[in-house]
Amino acid sequence: MVCEMETDQQMEEMDVEVLSSMWPEDVGGTEPDNQFNVEKPAGDSDTLKEVDIAEKRTMADLKRLPDLLNTTDQGSTQLTNLVKQWEYMQDHAVRLLREELKILTKQREEAEAKELKIIEEHNFETEEPENVRVLDESSDLFRRFKEKKRDKLVGRKRIEIDEEFDTVAYWKQKALTFEKMLEASTERERRLIEKLNESLKTMESHSAPVEELTQNLKRAEGFLHFILQNAPIVMGHQDKDLRYLFIYNKFPTLREHDILGKTDVEIFHGGGVKESEDFKREVLEKGKASKREITFETDLFGSKTFLIYVEPVYNKAREKIGINYMGMEVTDQVRKREKMAKLREDNAVRKAMESELTKTIHITEETMRAKQMLATMSHEIRSPLSGVVGMAEILSTTKLDKEQRQLLNVMISSGDLVLQLINDILDLSKVESGVMKLEATKFRPREVVKHVLQTAAASLKKELTLEGNIADEVPILVVGDVLRIRQILTNLISNAIKFTHQGKVGIKLKVIPEPSFASDNTHKADAEEQNGLAETSVWICCDVYDTGIGIPENALPCLFKKYMQASADHARKYGGTGLGLAICKQLVELMGGQLTVTSQVNLGSTFTFILPYKVAASNDHSDDQDEFSDMVDHQPEPDDSTEGYFQFKPLLGSIYSNGGPVMGNNFLPHKAMLPSPVKLINGNTGQSESVQVENGGYMDDTRLETGSGHCPESAHQYENGNGRCPSKESESCSSSQASSEMESEFTVSSPREDVQTETEVKETSKQPKILLVEDNKINIMVAKSMMKQLGYTFDIANNGVEAITAINSSSYDLVLMDVCMPVLDGLKATRLIRSYEESGNWDAAVEAGVDIKVLENKQMSVRSTNRLPIIAMTANTLSESSEECYANGMDSFISKPVTLQKLKQCLQQYLH
Amino acid sequence: MELVQMQKSLQDYTKSLFLDGVLDSQFLQLQQLQDESNPDFVSQVVTLFFQDSDRILNDLSLSLDQQVVDFKKVDPHVHQLKGSSSSIGAQRVKNACVVFRSFCEQQNVEGCHRCLQQVKKEYYLVKNRLETLFKLEQQIVASGGMIPAMELGF
Repeated sequence: MVCEMETDQQMEEMDVEVLSSMWPEDVGGTEPDNQFNVEKPAGDSDTLKEVDIAEKRTMADLKRLPDLLNTTDQGSTQLTNLVKQWEYMQDHAVRLLREELKILTKQREEAEAKELKIIEEHNFETEEPENVRVLDESSDLFRRFKEKKRDKLVGRKRIEIDEEFDTVAYWKQKALTFEKMLEASTERERRLIEKLNESLKTMESHSAPVEELTQNLKRAEGFLHFILQNAPIVMGHQDKDLRYLFIYNKFPTLREHDILGKTDVEIFHGGGVKESEDFKREVLEKGKASKREITFETDLFGSKTFLIYVEPVYNKAREKIGINYMGMEVTDQVRKREKMAKLREDNAVRKAMESELTKTIHITEETMRAKQMLATMSHEIRSPLSGVVGMAEILSTTKLDKEQRQLLNVMISSGDLVLQLINDILDLSKVESGVMKLEATKFRPREVVKHVLQTAAASLKKELTLEGNIADEVPILVVGDVLRIRQILTNLISNAIKFTHQGKVGIKLKVIPEPSFASDNTHKADAEEQNGLAETSVWICCDVYDTGIGIPENALPCLFKKYMQASADHARKYGGTGLGLAICKQLVELMGGQLTVTSQVNLGSTFTFILPYKVAASNDHSDDQDEFSDMVDHQPEPDDSTEGYFQFKPLLGSIYSNGGPVMGNNFLPHKAMLPSPVKLINGNTGQSESVQVENGGYMDDTRLETGSGHCPESAHQYENGNGRCPSKESESCSSSQASSEMESEFTVSSPREDVQTETEVKETSKQPKILLVEDNKINIMVAKSMMKQLGYTFDIANNGVEAITAINSSSYDLVLMDVCMPVLDGLKATRLIRSYEESGNWDAAVEAGVDIKVLENKQMSVRSTNRLPIIAMTANTLSESSEECYANGMDSFISKPVTLQKLKQCLQQYLH
Repeated sequence: MELVQMQKSLQDYTKSLFLDGVLDSQFLQLQQLQDESNPDFVSQVVTLFFQDSDRILNDLSLSLDQQVVDFKKVDPHVHQLKGSSSSIGAQRVKNACVVFRSFCEQQNVEGCHRCLQQVKKEYYLVKNRLETLFKLEQQIVASGGMIPAMELGF
């Protein structure tokens, strides 16, 4: 250890010598304190002595630690500091001694100078040197003796000398005096030298560095113990294999050999140990001191969290040789902190929930408002308008001359158009405001296509061929929102017909692989989820093609936009609201599909929509026949559901005449399928009158021709196949069927006048039995009057229980059911009735608490083979409510207040 | 009063009822349903409505004056009144009932009280007007006149 010191050779040598021998021998107990860079404690040492220091909790590997200290940077700095301190002290001591020595030397020199002077004086004044010589040579004893003698004499004789100046005696006297002085001086010098030697000796003994350092270190250790003895701190040093070389404040039960030379993993077991070891290793590898909080879960001391500081230790060659580590127990703090964090988290969660709730409330309010607005709109606009149209229609049944009828028909068709527009707008806003919900029902795509074409053909006023082509691989039965799909199909078909003047219009269905746009669609996930329930998804592509006027390319982009038509010219010529395609597109997208169009001017257009459907098992085909198809009565052909091709060719416009409503056109299903007796009548009316309509003016023509008060456009709204009436009250039903019904039974020119005859007709044929379930007397009264005017009678039940009782005891053709009623509401009653139809018993009703005795007598007697049509009467016009009605097994609904028109439409649709 | 004038004033009066929104097209439906076989249909229905509504309003007042208002009792009454008024075309009563029901849903006693007052007000208004209307009609009939058919567009 080379020390830069002042050039004091003696000190330097000492220093080197002392330090080199310091660590090996004396390091023992005090050595750990070298870990700490402690300044020499000043006045504190006394205090420390009084402190009772608990015996060492320190352990160290004595053999290796010194090496460590000698070989590490920290260790050497430490030693250097101590040495410097020591050197400084030594310097100080040496300086003091030197000063003292200087003083002594000076005194001595003075004394010698004086002596010399005296001797010189003496030699100069004495002429008898022999005396002196004698005295000089005499022994000490003799001299002392003489001195004593002289001492006695001197005092006495001095006066004599003064008196006897210049005598021999006087000089003798003087010589004696000088001699004495000399002796004293010599004596003093001797003592001084003695003293000097002594002080040199003490200095030597005093300056032993080992002792002093030891003391310093002891003090430092004491101080550290004093500070650290109660601190929750563990410190240690581990070598590069992470074996402990030193630990302070270890766990009390561990003994030295339990720890030293072992790693954490060897000593402790449980959670956190591995982590801490890994952390230490990481620090060792990275060479960067760092802190980490580790929670230990050991058998030894339970669950405790330590904040651990680890720093790498290097030797002088900058090689890593181990780590210093210090851990402070922070379990309580961590617990508190965690508690705080948890509180804060709870707080945040609560706040988030609050804001979420506020948001939800806000959204709910908005939705409510939107719904309210929709409801208001449907009431505020549709009710008066349907009043106007309804009145006009009633008016059309009175006696009118030809001109009046013409005018009235224009009025009705315009009114219908406005109603259609409003319905379209409502549909759109329903989709946009998210109010529109999709229903999943099983249906047969072939049937749907067929019915759509049929109804389109029924009101067809042009010489067009309508065809449907369904690929074999299209499943018999699929699940989807049949109402919406129908709506789309009829919209597209009526569009196609509108813009096609010759040739054909058709629908083509085929199965396609899953389109790419769907793969990242959420719909796919849904579909796949439900695949697990033994249902597979299939994508069906539906083309609606025509050979019409086509669409110019530049008009394609805005084709699906609201209120847009290909050109203003077209709008004038063909009419329409410009909303149809927008609604179709929105509906298709709502169902997770895509609607596209290709077109060539003058050659035709093809609208293609692809939609995912779930495939339903079709083995229960015969069982639910009547559930999916109300055509059972009309179309007994069993292979209808698998028929893949339909064609409806124009005849030469079969027309009803003689006072009855006139059918604009007729149709002949492919393969001469004319299953419905009604249709046979139609086909055989024999009256042929070619109606050729070149353009959109057909509307007026039809009005003139038919006089049936039906809107031609509404053909596309008529939804027959599923036994469901469109949910919108104002959609007028003027299908072929309705028309034919009109002919056979409803050829009423003026209800008021013809009530009698009509009723008679009914009674002679078969008066349908209707049950009105309604609790409001006024409503009953009004309905009764309306029914009377329409030529029907009905039974009344005041609530659901009465309705069930009535249905059990007699068979009905139709039930008009109020939804909101006391005792048992319409929805529940309908469910129970449906359950009866399925099971043939009233168990469900009995379970629901309906009186058993009443029901017992007729059990199984009137097992209805057909589904009893149940029409809801509800005050709410929103989609939700209709869904609820459908979900509970109702077939359709009439919104309140019931009007003559609505009632008429409904009865016409469901009673034949 | 001259018959023609009476008929004119009846027409005007009826028209004003529609314009004020006291009645809506549903009332026309009622008129439509009245014919020779049932000449007093409208007044019969309306009289029934009055009886029914008087009772309902009475019940409602009682229910709402309870210390603890049982909304499960109140709501069906309002629903009933709403259905009846809607059926005869007493539009303003019906609208008041719609608001009333929303307060019932919120279980807002104070709001319900206010609504009841509003419903009562509207009800007495329509009652008063309809009674006047019938009186006018009776006078016309008494004078041997015909009740003019309602105009379809108003």
